[in-house]
Amino acid sequence: MTFAANFSLVIPEFILGVSALVLLVWGAFQGKTSPAFTGAAVLALLAAAVATVIGPHGHAFNGVYAADGAATYAKVAIFLFSAVAIVLGDRWLAARGDQKFEYAVLVVLAALGMGVTASAGDLISLYIGVELQSLALYVLAAFRREDAKASEAGLKYFVLGALSSGLLLYGSSLIYGFAGSTRFGDIAAVAHDAHNVGLLFGLIFVLCGLAFKVSAAPFHMWTPDVYEGAPTPVVGFFAAAPKLAAMMMFARVLGDAFPDAVGQWRQVLVITALLSVFVGAFAGLAQNNLKRLWAYSSIANVGYALLGVATGGETGLHSMLVFMTLYMVDVTGFFACLQALSRNGKPMETIEDMAGLVKERPGVALAMTAFSLSALGLPPFSGFWAKFYVFGAAMGSGDVLLQWAAVLGLVGSVVAAFYYLRLIKTMWFDAPAATTDAPPSVARAVGLVAALFAVAGVWIALVWIDPAARLAAAAFGHA
Amino acid sequence: MIGLLSLTTFAPLVGVAVLLAVRAAQGDNAKTDNLAKWIALATTLVTFALSILVVVQFDPANPGFQMVEDIPWFAGLHYRMGVDGISVLFVLLTGFLLPICIVASWKSVEKRIVEYMIAFLVLETLVIGVFCALDLILFYLFFEGGLVPMFLIIGIWGGKRRVYAAYKFFLYTLLGSVLMLAAILSMIAIAGTSSIPDLMHFKFAPWLQTWLWLAFFASFAVKMPMWPVHTWLPDAHVEAPTAGSVILAGILLKLGGYGFMRFCLPMFPNASETFQPLVFALSAIAIVYTSLVAFRQTDIKKLIAYSSVAHMGFVTMGIFSGNAAGEQGAIFQMLSHGLISGALFLCVGVVYDRMHTREIAFYGGLTNRMPHYAFVFLLFTMGNVGLPGTSGFVGEILTMTGTYQASTWTALVAATGVILSAMYALTLYRRVMFGEIVNPELKTIADLDKREILLFVPLIIGTLVLGVYPNLVFNLTASSVDGLVGAWRAAVGG
Repeated sequence: MTFAANFSLVIPEFILGVSALVLLVWGAFQGKTSPAFTGAAVLALLAAAVATVIGPHGHAFNGVYAADGAATYAKVAIFLFSAVAIVLGDRWLAARGDQKFEYAVLVVLAALGMGVTASAGDLISLYIGVELQSLALYVLAAFRREDAKASEAGLKYFVLGALSSGLLLYGSSLIYGFAGSTRFGDIAAVAHDAHNVGLLFGLIFVLCGLAFKVSAAPFHMWTPDVYEGAPTPVVGFFAAAPKLAAMMMFARVLGDAFPDAVGQWRQVLVITALLSVFVGAFAGLAQNNLKRLWAYSSIANVGYALLGVATGGETGLHSMLVFMTLYMVDVTGFFACLQALSRNGKPMETIEDMAGLVKERPGVALAMTAFSLSALGLPPFSGFWAKFYVFGAAMGSGDVLLQWAAVLGLVGSVVAAFYYLRLIKTMWFDAPAATTDAPPSVARAVGLVAALFAVAGVWIALVWIDPAARLAAAAFGHA
Repeated sequence: MIGLLSLTTFAPLVGVAVLLAVRAAQGDNAKTDNLAKWIALATTLVTFALSILVVVQFDPANPGFQMVEDIPWFAGLHYRMGVDGISVLFVLLTGFLLPICIVASWKSVEKRIVEYMIAFLVLETLVIGVFCALDLILFYLFFEGGLVPMFLIIGIWGGKRRVYAAYKFFLYTLLGSVLMLAAILSMIAIAGTSSIPDLMHFKFAPWLQTWLWLAFFASFAVKMPMWPVHTWLPDAHVEAPTAGSVILAGILLKLGGYGFMRFCLPMFPNASETFQPLVFALSAIAIVYTSLVAFRQTDIKKLIAYSSVAHMGFVTMGIFSGNAAGEQGAIFQMLSHGLISGALFLCVGVVYDRMHTREIAFYGGLTNRMPHYAFVFLLFTMGNVGLPGTSGFVGEILTMTGTYQASTWTALVAATGVILSAMYALTLYRRVMFGEIVNPELKTIADLDKREILLFVPLIIGTLVLGVYPNLVFNLTASSVDGLVGAWRAAVGG
């Protein structure tokens, strides 16, 4: 392959990398952010998304980098949600007089890292992507550096994240040692030929590292603290795009490098998935802070997505992709609503703060009700369709283990239903405590559009999302 | 093609859109509230008219699904609607009861009227949708979706312990439903279709039927509700506003019975046969035990709620008897219970609106002050007992006849339930209505006003007409029931 042919496959990443550097220099000279600056960052992400869609498919740099249907699907979603995060975060920080140009640059860099992981065809490119993404996210978590809680969140995230990167790297080295290659395609060939304990040992380490990134139990401990401490729009960003990227890493490693060892890794994933579902459901019951609550909710939802990965194959990964797409809309909308709510300038973050919200701010309250019901998995909201795909894949797999896991997962969702209902109850049944400030228009608009999607848009959107995700899922296993 | 069924199902949503538009235009004030009631009433009346049209267009001779609409959706799902003899009358019942619910709430609901009306209209859409859906996932959408409006109705407009009752209602039902969802997903995976008519002819392996049956049973038994998973119902009824109780007892409970007839019997015939003794046992316990529990209640509404559980025992028993008499009786009992229990909850609402208590001990001697009310309450009490001439009699006698053929002992136990129901219902009537007025607060209680009379008239007519001429129902249901029973017999080789 010529260099030009290789290069044509990485144009989206190239756009983002160059944009990040240019933005950095621009920001440094300007010293502050401006609408044009933010707009340029958003434009870079949109351009990358367009380049992903229209760009050619293939494997670049000797298979280190895969630009296939799966990568396209994930990257378009990641870039779009990152763009939304820039807009939301910029407004939020501006309202608090804390606007710094680094915010947009960091999100673009994180998106670049996520793009690389989604396209990884090799353990090294996977690791580079993970680190690029994580380092940007650590800084974003601690972005309001004078806020003690944010600093704590950033530090916790960093220390534990470094540990998980260590696990990931150690596992990768084992896999390299036993397979003789870091390329997924070569690993798959070795794993296919012989039952290799050393290889599986390495795989388990890699899975642990990835489980941390995706905040699956028992590696979820950092999530509630980071969610609580980090700025609200940043949390909205954390909960959406990086989660999809981390899920893509699972899909890449398991679907591309270990497709034949499914019998071995399935049990591990099922246990992790069920643990996540139940930790998310039971621990969420005790939460009063909505950001913490949604951290546990995200742990539970990651469990469902992992069930899709555990099912494996085209149907399983298809269900995971649809699940994550719908979940991203939900969670972005929820945090957009949450960041829109404040009382006398103080953010409303506990469940009690939401008392009687439906009278105060009917639009936002309705949207949050829709997100809660959707996260609960109640039809006809989008969360139901997400679960429909994941559990449908698990039930249709013909594997008794997965079928029971699906039943248990569904039962877990009933437990979680209690805390979603508690939020709805507080908003609808209780009397309003005090007046709330007028919500900022951008965050409110994002919340309402996402809610509209969760309630009704999903019925039409799935007509396109479903085949697109199917196309994406078909791309795995051809490394 | 969008047909009459979709029109009937989604007509209430048009009313919701109008309500929202009116509120946006006029703001939240008394004028809007007043208009909201009229808009809701008009919408439900139009829906009622459409549901009548559905019944008129229905061909009783055809045992299959009629007025079928089928539009491909995504992931192999279809938007599929249609009715047969089993479901068509429930569509009518829903259309019939909703205007009554709206009128019943005319004065008793004082806060957030627009939201209240929206909740009821959305609920109507979802319930009609359940009866019309011919696709498993579509059915599940409607079935589960109904939880939210009911949760809000109990939780916002309910009594003192409304939050507890709302949670209990929601979580109980959800737990049953998610198991059904698991079963639905595996059925789709195995049969490769989500079409209900196709699945009725699909033969699942017997061992699989057992699991699927149990999962569906978990959902419908809670909804029905059957003993011992009935405990959410008394709480939900006691806390719900009057119209909420009417729709809960009148329609939502019927979703369970309908589900048994639509799914358990035709799709898992062998499992239905295997579990027949279990259902009979639970039904018999429900009839006797909850009747006794009802007898000990001090709250009028709770008493009627427990009597509902007992009457639903007759329905489950009839459904699983597997013969035409049992099935016909079960459908009839559900329709009749929809009218009678709805009317009884309205009766409770009448005195509750005046005195704001439902304690039986508070009342006594109401016949002296409220002759019209005494008549209405007596009529429906008799209907509840199963007096010949009211619709309650026909359903009970038929389900017992059907069960007698399948299990004599169950029918025998169930028959004692008839006596027990007379015991608690007549005792209630005596303590509330007869004697002298002792409580000074009751000295000025007023009789039914015009609105309340208007409310009861259609229910009285319905109860009496069905009691005297039940063939009105049987003509419509007969061919579908024969088809159902015939298929079941063929499958179990009986």
